[in-house]
Amino acid sequence: MQTEHNEIISKARLIGLFEKNRKLLVRNDTKFLAVKRDKAFASFVELGFPDTSLESWSLTDLEECLARGYDYHLHPMKEMDIQKVFRCNIPHLDTAVIGQLNGWYVSKDVPLMKLGNGIIMGSLAEARKTYPQLIEKYYGTMADDMAEGLTALNTAFAQDGVFIYVPDHVKSPRPVQLINVIHHGENLFLQPRNLIVVGANAKLSLVHCDDSYNHQASFSNIVTEVHVGAHGVLDHYKLQNLNNESTLVSSVYFRLEEAANLESHYISLNGGMLRNNIRLLFNGPHGNANIYGIYLMDGRQHVDNQVFVDHAHPGCTSHEMFKGILDEHAHAIFNGHVLVRRDAVKTDARQTNKNILLTDTARVNSKPFLEIYNDDVKCSHGSTTGQLDTESMFYMRQRGIGEDTARMLLMFAFADEIVSKIAIPQLRQRIEDMVKKRLQGELQICEQCVLHCSSPEHPVEFQIDMSKILA
Amino acid sequence: MESEANKILDEVTQGDYKYGFFTDIDMEYAPTGLSEDTIRYISNKKNEPEFLLEFRLKAYRHWLTMAMPKWAHLDIEPINFQDIIFYAAPKRKRELSSLDEVDPELLATFTKLGISLDEQKKLSGVAVDAVIDSVSVKTTFSDTLSKHGIIFCSFSEAVQNHPDLVKQYMGSVVPYTDNYFAALNSAVFSDGSFCFIPKGVRCPMELSTYFRINAANTGQFERTLIVAEEGAYVSYMEGCTAPQRDENQLHAAIVEIVAMKDAEVKYSTVQNWYPGDKNGLGGIYNFVTKRGICKGSNSKISWTQVETGSAITWKYPSCILMGDNSVGEFYSVAVTNHHQQADTGTKMIHLGKNTRSTIISKGISAGKSNNSYRGQVRISKNAVNSRNYSQCDSLLLGSRCGAHTWPYIQVDNKSSIVEHEATTSKISEDQLFYCQQRGISAESAIGLIVNGYAKEVLKQLPMEFAVEAQKLLSISLEGSVG
Amino acid sequence: MLLQIKNLHAGINGKEILRGVNLEVNKGEVHAIMGPNGTGKSTLASVIAGREVFDVTAGEILYKGKNLEALSIEDRAREGIFLGFQYPVEIPGVSITNFLRTAVNEIRKFKGLDPLPGGDFLRLMEEKKRLVEITSNLTNRSVNEGFSGGEKKKNEIFQMAMLEPMLAILDETDSGLDIDALRIVANGVNKLRRPDNAFVVITHYQRLLDYIVPDFVHVLFEGKIVKSGSKELAIELEEKGYDWIKKEQEA
Ligand SMILES: Nc1ncnc2c1ncn2[C@@H]1O[C@H](COP(=O)(O)OP(=O)(O)OP(=O)(O)O)[C@@H](O)[C@H]1O
Ligand SMILES: [Mg+2]
Repeated sequence: MQTEHNEIISKARLIGLFEKNRKLLVRNDTKFLAVKRDKAFASFVELGFPDTSLESWSLTDLEECLARGYDYHLHPMKEMDIQKVFRCNIPHLDTAVIGQLNGWYVSKDVPLMKLGNGIIMGSLAEARKTYPQLIEKYYGTMADDMAEGLTALNTAFAQDGVFIYVPDHVKSPRPVQLINVIHHGENLFLQPRNLIVVGANAKLSLVHCDDSYNHQASFSNIVTEVHVGAHGVLDHYKLQNLNNESTLVSSVYFRLEEAANLESHYISLNGGMLRNNIRLLFNGPHGNANIYGIYLMDGRQHVDNQVFVDHAHPGCTSHEMFKGILDEHAHAIFNGHVLVRRDAVKTDARQTNKNILLTDTARVNSKPFLEIYNDDVKCSHGSTTGQLDTESMFYMRQRGIGEDTARMLLMFAFADEIVSKIAIPQLRQRIEDMVKKRLQGELQICEQCVLHCSSPEHPVEFQIDMSKILA
Repeated sequence: MESEANKILDEVTQGDYKYGFFTDIDMEYAPTGLSEDTIRYISNKKNEPEFLLEFRLKAYRHWLTMAMPKWAHLDIEPINFQDIIFYAAPKRKRELSSLDEVDPELLATFTKLGISLDEQKKLSGVAVDAVIDSVSVKTTFSDTLSKHGIIFCSFSEAVQNHPDLVKQYMGSVVPYTDNYFAALNSAVFSDGSFCFIPKGVRCPMELSTYFRINAANTGQFERTLIVAEEGAYVSYMEGCTAPQRDENQLHAAIVEIVAMKDAEVKYSTVQNWYPGDKNGLGGIYNFVTKRGICKGSNSKISWTQVETGSAITWKYPSCILMGDNSVGEFYSVAVTNHHQQADTGTKMIHLGKNTRSTIISKGISAGKSNNSYRGQVRISKNAVNSRNYSQCDSLLLGSRCGAHTWPYIQVDNKSSIVEHEATTSKISEDQLFYCQQRGISAESAIGLIVNGYAKEVLKQLPMEFAVEAQKLLSISLEGSVG
Repeated sequence: MLLQIKNLHAGINGKEILRGVNLEVNKGEVHAIMGPNGTGKSTLASVIAGREVFDVTAGEILYKGKNLEALSIEDRAREGIFLGFQYPVEIPGVSITNFLRTAVNEIRKFKGLDPLPGGDFLRLMEEKKRLVEITSNLTNRSVNEGFSGGEKKKNEIFQMAMLEPMLAILDETDSGLDIDALRIVANGVNKLRRPDNAFVVITHYQRLLDYIVPDFVHVLFEGKIVKSGSKELAIELEEKGYDWIKKEQEA
């Protein structure tokens, strides 16, 4: 049996599922990868699902989410028109779009392409077959199966996902948009696995979207490994706009080699239970990483950002800035952890978390943690939580701007500190629109991909940026 | 004043431990180890009422069900509680009625420490309760204080003379179930200070307690209880030292503060327990639970601490801001050197409306030490319009030490504002060069800079205490090796 | 009459700051309010603008004959009350252009007018910028963010010019200005003076009143207007300070 229906997700069920289907799971593995998978499975057997007794999970309880019951598919589902996935692209932005549907790679033509410049892009399952050496070199070298039960689980079950490889010295001419769509008639448990390799001195812009098409519940346990080679550059965007019934645990493991450069943007607009594990290792000196996050939550939404930055080498710079606006009963958690090891001299690390609470029922837990074993460093962190600035509110209203508009302007300005950091202009404009809609309560997940619900022909009108007209 | 404070930090950041002498006094000990019998022994020795023995036994039974906490950023050798003497007291034949009857060796000890128990020779304006090992040996000025209705005495005396007050407040802020060390203390505590300021009274002088661990292999488990009734004010100071020994000694204290409506309690500590030697041998394990409750509206509790001693410090003086408009403050300088480990900070629990808290923490780590700030700020849903400001700075001297900051922030309403800032830095080359260019040696320059860095906290110390603390630190090394 | 304040008492958190202010301002007039630090000048301005942190405990403020009590801050502004802040607020992330465009259009909407087309709005901005001699690219920056003290004050006058209020209350708009900026600000005000509007100028210096000549000068002291006179009163205050007023009060 290869599809299990609507059952509670438990450790026992998954152990059974693995044991029954091990043959199927390892059928495309090299020996090396099969060993990895078995080890990961053993680790999951030991660790199980994280529960609230672990400090890093103490405020995010998955028990209820797991108990909802989900289908588990061990084969791709073919019932949906895959063309729909590709309607999510960003207008006027020339991107290479690659898609995943319910965790499986979908393509218009070939499952794995190799472009003229040597860039490889496509299905991870295909890549395992076609480029086993390349996969062996990187796959599973960043994710830590021994520490996190969910990562181990993903490695044990991983079948498909996206593989992107940018060879050394190649600069990808266009951004790549990776769209991960969930659309299914039943509750779905899925575990995509992605591997992104940016070679030495190479360059890539990656827009990574997680979207829902309907209001069916889902549980995604996604693991993404990202390697950026020496002097390589990755511009990374993670957009999360899922329905309120969805649980998303996204674990991204970044490894930056010498003087590599990462810009990562986490934009969480919607989702029932969002958990971002962001782990970054400076694996060589002089790396630079900026990690930005914005989360706009309401209802009973829950967002939990866990950011760990390991300064293992000297001269690296990391800046984290996470900002959130919480409405109604929303709950946001930020746990930052910067570790500066003994030899990591000349480290420059900054962590900032700012929150605005709009109601007395919204909640924030913030824990920016610095762990430093070296005196030649510049480290700081800050965390503020409060309401919209009353002085600014008075000032705006004194100039005749209505209370609602004033609030909207201030909220947008608050979010814009993050949004304005988006380097791709078309994408920035799009996200600005989405943020405005979200703040006005107009952004919803809909029948169509959410990226379509704000068309560039009808931009959101509460604020017109005249500086653009003047320019 | 400022230069005094500067000097204090100078000494603590650079000097060796100066209070490592041992006083040879005739002592009386409880049998080594811990059991219900030990507890009965202690209670019996102290001639305690039944309720207290019951309290101790309940605490002990609860303690047996608990395990040492693991979460602090500390590296602790397991403690064998059966190797510790839980009660040690200077022998005395009968109640002391005047200073002449105090063991002269003991008096000399305190004189060496710079603490005079002789009211005539004392700095005016400070009443002292001196606790050696487990027992309060002398409380000064109690007569003057009693004229104002203030009770300031050893905990044991309070148990005998004011059992109702003890019964009412003891354990009301730190219940014996609170944590592992609080349970242990509740079971075996020997003595400590008791202080009660009646309604509307401003305590006319600073109250202070000196704690000293003298005997070998003993643990010190004292308990302090301060109650300020409506509109009362008191400034309370606590100082600690211990002799130099190669084995680790355990200190697990409890301090409870209750502030009623409009009351204010200022609690200052200079903690200077023996930190162990340069190689990390010996030193005090300092596990302390300090907590105050602002029970009434407009009440205020302020903690100031200068933490320089102990091999291991685990201490989070906290405020429960229950009354509306109540205020909590925490000012801390923690210095760690050699192999010292400190995990210290505070908890500000906002429950009442318009409550305010301020946290200023300055960590200085040198040598191979680890210095952690761990703080919690919690704004509950009902604590509308509350505010917290926290600033936690770490200064690292040398490349083999560690500085860590763990703030836990939770906000559950929209009208409150919580701000936390932290920086980690070393002394900049620019600053050093500037000083040296003006003819100041690198060593004094570091002293200057470190002092400037901690000034915000040092200026919170009461003047008398700064003087006393200064005296403590100025005891010469020669005279102190015992 | 444009503004009529009758026996106004106001305070904050139970602390009384204004203790019976009476003031009448007619169209076409310029009133100067002076007085020692901390006597309640800014508080008075804020209370007229409707700032909610202050409680009005007694008295009333009539504007164009109507009691302001029930009117929100923004509706007062839309009715033509402009407050030039003593300490203009920095609003990061909101450009002045966005900010003013929003303000202008919300005020227009209140008056039943259509939004100003983008081109017209830009022309208006350029015109008013000239009025206060703003040459730099100030308008593309966030509201007051990183502005010098003088730039902030000039920006207040620029906004006043854009919004064309009926009653402008300028709270120490002259402090922190260099001589040229002072002249520019004063000129701006003078150019905006019309028979149907009025100005209340709060200042510590008689110098400003050389440029903006007031019809009346009032002294606010301990929450009350204790003395009113012509512009000569300002000169007298400049010479003698406030001591004699204090003495008069005590007597
Ligand atoms: N938000 C506030 N909270 C508490 N007190 C306030 C507040 N605002 C003003 N006050 C107090 O009210 C009094 C009057 O202040 P105000 O700012 O109106 O004085 P002012 O006359 O404008 O002084 P200056 O000439 O210095 O600008 C002062 O004592 C001030 O401290
Ligand atoms: Mg003023």
